Amino acid sequence: MRYALLISLLAVPALAKDPAPPEMPRFQWENFTTANGLPDNKVFNVKVDGNRVWAATENGLGLYENGKWKVFRPADGLVHRVATYVDVDKRTHDVWIATMGGLSRYSGGRFDNFTQLNSGLPNDVVYGVAVKDDYVWTATAAGAGRLNLKTGQWSLYHERNTPMYEIWTYAVSPGSDKVYYAVWGAGVLEYDVKTERWKDYNDPDGETEMVLFKDQGLVHEITTSVSYVEKEKVIWVATYFGASRYDMRNWKNFLQKDSGLPSDFLNQVKAVDGTRCWFSTDKGLAYYDGENWAVYRPALDSGKPEMLVRDATGKVTQAAVDTAPAHNYIFGLDFQGDDVWVATARGVSHGIRVK
Amino acid sequence: MRILLAFALASVMFASEPRYLNPIELAVSPDGARLYIVCEGSDELVVVDAQSGKAIRRVRVGRVPKGLAISPDGARVFVANAWGDTVSVVDAASLQVAKTYRAGFEPTSVALAGPALYTANRIGNDISVIDAATGEETRRLTAGRGASYLAVSPSGNSLVSTHIYPNIGPYRTVPESELTFIDTHGSYVQSRDRIENAAGMFHAAFSKDGRLGIAAQIRPKNLIPLAHVEHGFALGNSILVFGEDVGEPVQLLIDELDRYYSMPFGVAITPDKRTAYISTTGADSVTVIDVPKLLAFVRNLSPRERKRAGNDLAAASHFVTRRIDVGRSPKGMALSPDGARLYVANRLDDSISVIDTRLNQVERAIPLGGPEPVTPLRRGERLFYNAKFSFQKQFGCAGCHIEGTLDGLAWDLEPDGFGIDIVDNKPLEAVDGTEPFKWNGGNPDLETECGIRTEKFFYRSQSYSKTELDDLVKFIKAMPARPNRFRAANGELTAAQERGLAVFERTRRKNGAPIPDELQCGTCHSGPKYTNQQLTHVGTRKPTDRSSSIDTPHLVGIALSAPYLHDGSARTLEEIWTVFNPKDQHGVTNDLSKDELNDLIEYLKTL
Repeated sequence: MRYALLISLLAVPALAKDPAPPEMPRFQWENFTTANGLPDNKVFNVKVDGNRVWAATENGLGLYENGKWKVFRPADGLVHRVATYVDVDKRTHDVWIATMGGLSRYSGGRFDNFTQLNSGLPNDVVYGVAVKDDYVWTATAAGAGRLNLKTGQWSLYHERNTPMYEIWTYAVSPGSDKVYYAVWGAGVLEYDVKTERWKDYNDPDGETEMVLFKDQGLVHEITTSVSYVEKEKVIWVATYFGASRYDMRNWKNFLQKDSGLPSDFLNQVKAVDGTRCWFSTDKGLAYYDGENWAVYRPALDSGKPEMLVRDATGKVTQAAVDTAPAHNYIFGLDFQGDDVWVATARGVSHGIRVK
Repeated sequence: MRILLAFALASVMFASEPRYLNPIELAVSPDGARLYIVCEGSDELVVVDAQSGKAIRRVRVGRVPKGLAISPDGARVFVANAWGDTVSVVDAASLQVAKTYRAGFEPTSVALAGPALYTANRIGNDISVIDAATGEETRRLTAGRGASYLAVSPSGNSLVSTHIYPNIGPYRTVPESELTFIDTHGSYVQSRDRIENAAGMFHAAFSKDGRLGIAAQIRPKNLIPLAHVEHGFALGNSILVFGEDVGEPVQLLIDELDRYYSMPFGVAITPDKRTAYISTTGADSVTVIDVPKLLAFVRNLSPRERKRAGNDLAAASHFVTRRIDVGRSPKGMALSPDGARLYVANRLDDSISVIDTRLNQVERAIPLGGPEPVTPLRRGERLFYNAKFSFQKQFGCAGCHIEGTLDGLAWDLEPDGFGIDIVDNKPLEAVDGTEPFKWNGGNPDLETECGIRTEKFFYRSQSYSKTELDDLVKFIKAMPARPNRFRAANGELTAAQERGLAVFERTRRKNGAPIPDELQCGTCHSGPKYTNQQLTHVGTRKPTDRSSSIDTPHLVGIALSAPYLHDGSARTLEEIWTVFNPKDQHGVTNDLSKDELNDLIEYLKTL
């Protein structure tokens, strides 16, 4: 009798159902390569502007519109063939393109080019660009530059007038009140629009290889991207050694070993809001909803479409999918309603939201 | 401060002159009862009864108004104040300025499309989009260089902007302007039509059905030596024909083989689409075009002929039916709503010519009550804008010095050898006291520059009398510099401008070594207009230059006079030092950091 009772007690957990994996966004992935007219398969950045999608690639700028790709290269007026980043001025639809040879503006079919020789641009190696109100902010290999669109004045920011001790600025995320820079090797820099003052955020342990003070500050100095959520005053930061979130009071660091990040090597971070964020890594595209994670990629071993879901307890399940982004090396993404567009090392992927 | 003083002195000179009205643009009220006339000389909107010609009111608006638009219901008149950087909103009932809106730098034209006002900002090279009800500027659109004239399509769905200067392109290449098309629903730039070989473009107008557009323009021949003037060798006075009716835009001369009609400016197309009118400012006339014949001519052109039509001096004979003599310096025009009358603003007569469009002749002139005496300055201004002195009346001073400024081009002038001594065209504002003239300093004064030299090498025709030359020089010397938009109204410099001043004035390199006097900015660029009026060498001599000596140019308004250097080879201020100063001969700048150079440029923009 006691054995029967013991067996029945042991059987209860076995009979109870495992909690269902959390519902995470599901996509049907449509991939574009040079075979579809994309200028190059190595795509550093995508930007959505309504029904248009811009792609910054290693060999030109691509525009996807009405089901076709159009290509722009130096022969068409683009300042340099290697386009690293694209942003669009929401008010005017002017397109700003960061390249390895200067900054281009594409407006109504005309390219205007800014170089360090013909303008106040700090350096021709431009990694990032962002337009906010009447300013164009650039992240270059020799510091940050801001163009006043009304007066034409360039203001430069570097190690002599900001706290940055490395001047290799990599990405910029502007708000109306604050502007954030990811400075490769110097953490995150914050510019207060009202006071015109700069402030830096650094890795408190200063350790390159380890995270000694978890959640005490920025996870690492080698930052590649920052995404500012102005409404909630939250920044998300991508580094080559993990990710961070800061709400102006508390830091939260994310590492592969204790989160759903498929890798600590991040190229970009793109916030949905203060709680949810997308991470572009070298081992897949990750999404975090504040508790749970999803990773979208071709499986690292087989190359087959893979979607991994990690819940708040750390349990990982594999969702059944038959499509995936073009490659696991993800450079960045942008949103088009519920859809996502993704820049990868092997083309552009359009994630059509199905669930 | 010295510049402010010089500006004030010039203004006082002009101020002691009687204040002529200088009507420049006009519009007819929707009911046809009133004419609204923008007078840039008196800073007024003059309202006239269209039937009687009597003035109803003179409304004081902002500084140097240049454009206007009327709301469809006729209740409001918007006036673009070019030197005030504002738009005056005039209530048509009370004829008072009800509101004043801020615009960009030098709003030259204003148009209303839906709930938005658009201003073409000539110096800003952009277009302001302003909420017509609140005055809030909602966005600024990138235009071409010298955005100046706007036209709304009849449907209201789009707006086109033209530009008085060509876009800055590579050195010694074909100049190129553009038509900027704006989608008025979203208020964004939809497209740009590149117009090759066009430099200054002026007014554009649409036919009532929206299928045809005509723009007034100038085609320069600046890439070939000015060896002679006949056969349109200097400037082609022309129109651009565009729209669904013609497909690819076509440029057509309105000149004839042996007679030219200088400075095409205003355009009007009758509601029945039978006639188009072009005011030709330098010819004191209005050119009449038969539109059906124009369209037939264009449609019969082969693709090859279309490309070359802009050089065909026989073309006008196919569609120009008449030239109507009007007053002096005709500028803006407006048709009555029924198309029966064409009103023409005669800028330098302070009058309006009224043309009967059935007969195509002037039926009367409406005097606006400007000052009676014609002063030497006024005579000089009339000479400046008239082309009658040049061979076959092809061009006058204002053909290259558009409204006293520049044309954005470099030219091969004078018999110094073909391809030798290419020279950049400079604006004429504030030239008084900056002799000698010519980039090589060869002309000791304006009397020589504008007199013998102009007659012999440019006009190749009639000479000015001594009195005429005196009057012309008087006028040029009195041209005031436009307000500087980069300097605060109280004259204070920003932090960047202060740093730039320090660079300008420095006497030592960053390593402490002294900078020789001759290489300090303030040595050559000294005095109230930043020129010591001496010849100097700055290492910018090209193989095609006969000499390395350059007359030190003044720096007043330097921000606006691109391209730079004696031959226009530097497209921006930056390039003067980043490209063309490798040996520190044009000032010591190679030890400057990029932001220090930026600061220097910020300071120079305040001059």
